[in-house]
Amino acid sequence: MFNEERFSSLITTSCVDLDNILGGGINCKEVTEIGGVPGIGKTQIGIQLAVNVQIPLEYGGLGGKAIYIDTEGSFMVERVLQIAEACIEDMSEYSHHFHKDNQAYGVKMHPNSILENIFYFRVCSYTEQIALVNYLDKFVTEHKDVKIIIIDSVTFHFRQDFDDMALRTRLLGEMSLKLMKLARNFCLAVVMLNQVTTKHIEGSFQLTLALGDSWSHSCTNRIILYWNGNERHAYIDKSPSLKSASAPYSVTSRGIRNSTSSSKRIKMV
Amino acid sequence: MANKLINQMALPKSIANIFAARNIITAKDALSLTEFELMELLDVGMAEVTSAMAHISEVVCPPCQTALLLMEQRVRNESLAGHLPTRLKGLDEALCGGIPFGVLTELVGPPGIGKTQFCLKLSLLASLPVNCGGLDGRVIYIDVESKFSSKRLIEIGTKSFPEIFHKKGMAQEMAGRIRILRPTSLSEFAESLQRIKVSLLQQQVKLLIVDSMAALVLGEHDCGASRQQALGWHVSFIKSLAEFSRIPIVLTNQVRSHIGDESLMYSFQAQSRPTKEDNPVTFDSHLVAALGINWAHAVTIRLVLESRSGQRFIKLAKSPMSPPLAFPFNITSSGIVLLDDDGIEMKGPEINTIHCQVKREKLDFGLLVHFSNLFSFTYSKLQPIQ
Repeated sequence: MFNEERFSSLITTSCVDLDNILGGGINCKEVTEIGGVPGIGKTQIGIQLAVNVQIPLEYGGLGGKAIYIDTEGSFMVERVLQIAEACIEDMSEYSHHFHKDNQAYGVKMHPNSILENIFYFRVCSYTEQIALVNYLDKFVTEHKDVKIIIIDSVTFHFRQDFDDMALRTRLLGEMSLKLMKLARNFCLAVVMLNQVTTKHIEGSFQLTLALGDSWSHSCTNRIILYWNGNERHAYIDKSPSLKSASAPYSVTSRGIRNSTSSSKRIKMV
Repeated sequence: MANKLINQMALPKSIANIFAARNIITAKDALSLTEFELMELLDVGMAEVTSAMAHISEVVCPPCQTALLLMEQRVRNESLAGHLPTRLKGLDEALCGGIPFGVLTELVGPPGIGKTQFCLKLSLLASLPVNCGGLDGRVIYIDVESKFSSKRLIEIGTKSFPEIFHKKGMAQEMAGRIRILRPTSLSEFAESLQRIKVSLLQQQVKLLIVDSMAALVLGEHDCGASRQQALGWHVSFIKSLAEFSRIPIVLTNQVRSHIGDESLMYSFQAQSRPTKEDNPVTFDSHLVAALGINWAHAVTIRLVLESRSGQRFIKLAKSPMSPPLAFPFNITSSGIVLLDDDGIEMKGPEINTIHCQVKREKLDFGLLVHFSNLFSFTYSKLQPIQ
């Protein structure tokens, strides 16, 4: 799970196959959108990334902090604790494996310190969401070790009471431009989680990510999580640098991990 | 937050006056326009707009907390760090203690499966004193279809907690803590919630149950898009209520049949769909939760109750902190009882499917008979109270 060589600007997802199709992990300086049906694991990936960004440099991580913007109330502290504990256990195991002779090389992190490094904002309206994105410039300037901003979900407050769809498009557009600027200026990753909706295309109903066609230009990379039979998969739907590919992953009690199926392989599309 | 007045935000007088002159009074007014639009409307430079908006945004922005602080607050202030135990051991363990505070928990399943039974027991559990594992609080029970039965409630109590309920007057006191409301429309429902908000914030009410949300929504006269929008508004409102009052909210949902093709797919999932000419129409009817996909996104925990091969199951179909487990259960005089506390782990999206034991040949008449059988079991085989 922890490669020897790691670029300092990639955040692992804790799933090797998923990291591979992402070119090593979620990229700083970029805005990545992740969408999928309820229960597929969007919040799970969000929480896993908020923990993984904190993996220390000596373990191949960024040693950074996370901002978690919760628009739906999906952030369950119990789950963050489970994932944080598992992450520390995995690091200990790695440490014992690679430093068998050096007894003193213990992992000094405590799950509470992982929780302490996640800055949590609960947003209850689109007004608060826009205000918060505006405020982030100042916040990140004062907290330069923030390396990831997760918005869970970017959709929720923009789905109701918007009669003027054109206005919605303009506001979303401005918000995404600000997020891209944040990502570039502060060299951090922005991850936006999105919901799904159905669209009527060529005589049948299909699933598609919410917020409309114009929104699909608002991110650098777009990943769709979906069910492939009994397995969860992630598909790179759009990216300037990554090939369209899909990879299996699983959600376990320890967080996001490799898929357990024996027939796992990365499908190039 | 969004309705804060701009003239009370200590902005420089000059720009504050310009906002007022253009009728931009609240923060929401200002944040509902892009900065470019504001620049044109206010006829000032971009730098000034950006600076004013940064100031307004900082005032309106929600406060920052660390995840650690959240956890410590809950451990310190709330029973079991924010969970209401259901007394179903396997389920409580999987849910890290019980039904979580502050979020929406949905119970969905076919009629007669046990949703109301579950709600009755939860009401009782919330009203019990703390030393008996309860929340020692009041319960608001929104009983849309008039299924609430105090007789059944007291029976569950007497059978499950004989030591408490044999004390004189206890049954009446506990039952007295549960307030039943029967709104007949969504707007009446919203009004009741507004009125209850005060007691919620004063922390007297510890549990809100809506049985059933589907009946409330589907009973509305409008259809389609406007109904979805109304539902969306009410869901947002209930969610914010749950969070600010930090109570558990349990809502029941109905099922509807979904006859036809496989589940929806994305455009990149290239799959040859059989056309109508290729396959004869097969009545591969299965059940899905009512209220749509937006609703499914909005609930945090989804418990699916179903019946398969004569055995009832309660499944953790959606839960951020639990594995996808299915527990077999029965309904007894003391309410729902799990037959196995370990549960069966389900793979894939099957955890979401809702089964109801229906044989295809008996699709029309048999369906009615079956459902009424399920329903009558609940009420006719119970002992009368002595």
